[in-house]
Amino acid sequence: MHDIYQLIAEFTGVLQQIADISRHLLPQAGVGGEIEAKPFIDLGPLMKWTLIFLFGMSTVFGFVLAFAAKKFAVKVDPRVEQVLGTLAHAHCGACGYAGCEQYAVAVVNDPKVSPSLCTPAGEKAAAKIAVITGKKAEILIPMFARVMCQGNVDLSKNRYKYEGVIDCRAAIIAGGGDKSCVYGCLGYGTCEKVCPFGAITMSTLNLPIIDEHKCTGCRKCESVCPKKVIEVLPGSKKVLVACHSKDKGPDTRKNCQVGCISCGICVKICPFEAPKVDNNLSVINVEKCRVCGLCVTKCPTKAIADFMPSRSKAAIAAEKCIGCSICAKVCPVNASAGEAKKPHAIDQVKCVGCGICTAKCPVQAISGTFNAQEVFAAAALKKARAAEKAAEAKTNA
Amino acid sequence: MDFGKLFELVVSSSLVNNYVFTMFLGLCIFFGVTKKMETAIGMSITFTTVMMISAALSWIVYKFIMVPLNIEFLLIIVFIGIVAGLVQGSDTVMRKVTPDLYNKLGIYLALISTNCIILAVPLQSVGNKYNFIETIAFAFGSGLGFSLAMIIMASIREKLELADVPVPFRGLPMAFVITGLIALAFTGFSGLITL
Repeated sequence: MHDIYQLIAEFTGVLQQIADISRHLLPQAGVGGEIEAKPFIDLGPLMKWTLIFLFGMSTVFGFVLAFAAKKFAVKVDPRVEQVLGTLAHAHCGACGYAGCEQYAVAVVNDPKVSPSLCTPAGEKAAAKIAVITGKKAEILIPMFARVMCQGNVDLSKNRYKYEGVIDCRAAIIAGGGDKSCVYGCLGYGTCEKVCPFGAITMSTLNLPIIDEHKCTGCRKCESVCPKKVIEVLPGSKKVLVACHSKDKGPDTRKNCQVGCISCGICVKICPFEAPKVDNNLSVINVEKCRVCGLCVTKCPTKAIADFMPSRSKAAIAAEKCIGCSICAKVCPVNASAGEAKKPHAIDQVKCVGCGICTAKCPVQAISGTFNAQEVFAAAALKKARAAEKAAEAKTNA
Repeated sequence: MDFGKLFELVVSSSLVNNYVFTMFLGLCIFFGVTKKMETAIGMSITFTTVMMISAALSWIVYKFIMVPLNIEFLLIIVFIGIVAGLVQGSDTVMRKVTPDLYNKLGIYLALISTNCIILAVPLQSVGNKYNFIETIAFAFGSGLGFSLAMIIMASIREKLELADVPVPFRGLPMAFVITGLIALAFTGFSGLITL
């Protein structure tokens, strides 16, 4: 204690010396104005008291606040902190809560709240939250934003030249936007601005391109788009009518070369009855669609978008084929042919890689299409279950 | 004790020199918390309480420590420190005592610590050389004026939710327009009391 007093005394002594020297070196100046003006100030005690006062005040406040924090401490559930640590912290609102913190509190305290609501954080985080909160994680279907318009600068027409703020929300105020088609994407990149993950970039032809690796399906772009042209749909559904035009066919055609003219060809061609024309617009039912891509090849205006990069063609393994000719019956492009009871072959030129034959083949002899892995896995599972049942029946008997 | 002077001080600080409508101070809280009547009232009570305590404490520190030590120039930094400490303290206490109110006021409680009205009240009371009782009356009046402004604004904004406002004016722009109009009305009080 004595040392500290000595230290302070020494320190103030140094300050006094500085003040004494400065009085000789610096010109004397008054401080303050009006009646409070002083002819000169004494720097030594001024600095000393300033330091002591500020130090003392901060110490007093520090102690008081520390005491208050101890006395009035609130117990926070440590699980909330843990859940917060696993969330994506994008504050996107995909979970339906105001922010990440609110969701963390709700998921810990409310037994009904699912641990899988944070889509940006993904499945791993959902599993972690499930462990923390003692709930069961649900299977997350990856959702992606899809732009339901292909009418870029080259393919669609404008009604007038818009020269306002470059923002779709501003452009729509000016008579519903400059695009002739009132259902189409305005292309001023509002979705790009709001995307918290940088998954949207505007192409040079003024259409948003969505990066599936970055998109988390948080629905921010969907809610901000004034034309409601962005839809968030399950990632597995890769064939969609990328058009929202409810105008009559000829009107749509006038405004845009890639609009849906509700010709109904997709309805006729689809083996699963997925597309349905309603209000001059074909809509593919994502529940029924099996992503075969047949409608994509037949659509006269190319309004149906295929988000699958490429479709590999089907091939029949001759040693497995039993010559049942089911593939020949189901093939929509008549690519499969062969004599009955003999191995069939698929015409690689005609095949569009729709995968229907792969799904229908009773012996899983057709491979090469996009759904082959899936179909084979399902068949193997079915076989295993049947074997299990048979074994069970045996033991029972 | 001159009660007439105190009454005049309260009226002048709440109506004639209303901080929000005639001096345009503390607008961030004013616009941030007036969306709902409930939070506006909660905020007004917290605000007035913190203001009175901080003004009293600042006056004591100024009069009995800073003036004798000749360090009046530290005024602003010391008052900011006092206000921030008080807000932090009341934040901690409120979290424990009334968690509901704490959840509703949320981040705005932290806004009080850097609020200009809270700082302006002790600065003005020192500048006008009020004594201790006058300082408290002045702080009370200012708090009352701020609460009045908050309640007027909250009730208007609650009604405004149902009004057919042109799209570009929805939300904050309309609130600013309304504030301007109320401020015009408040100029009617000017010259009522000259201290």
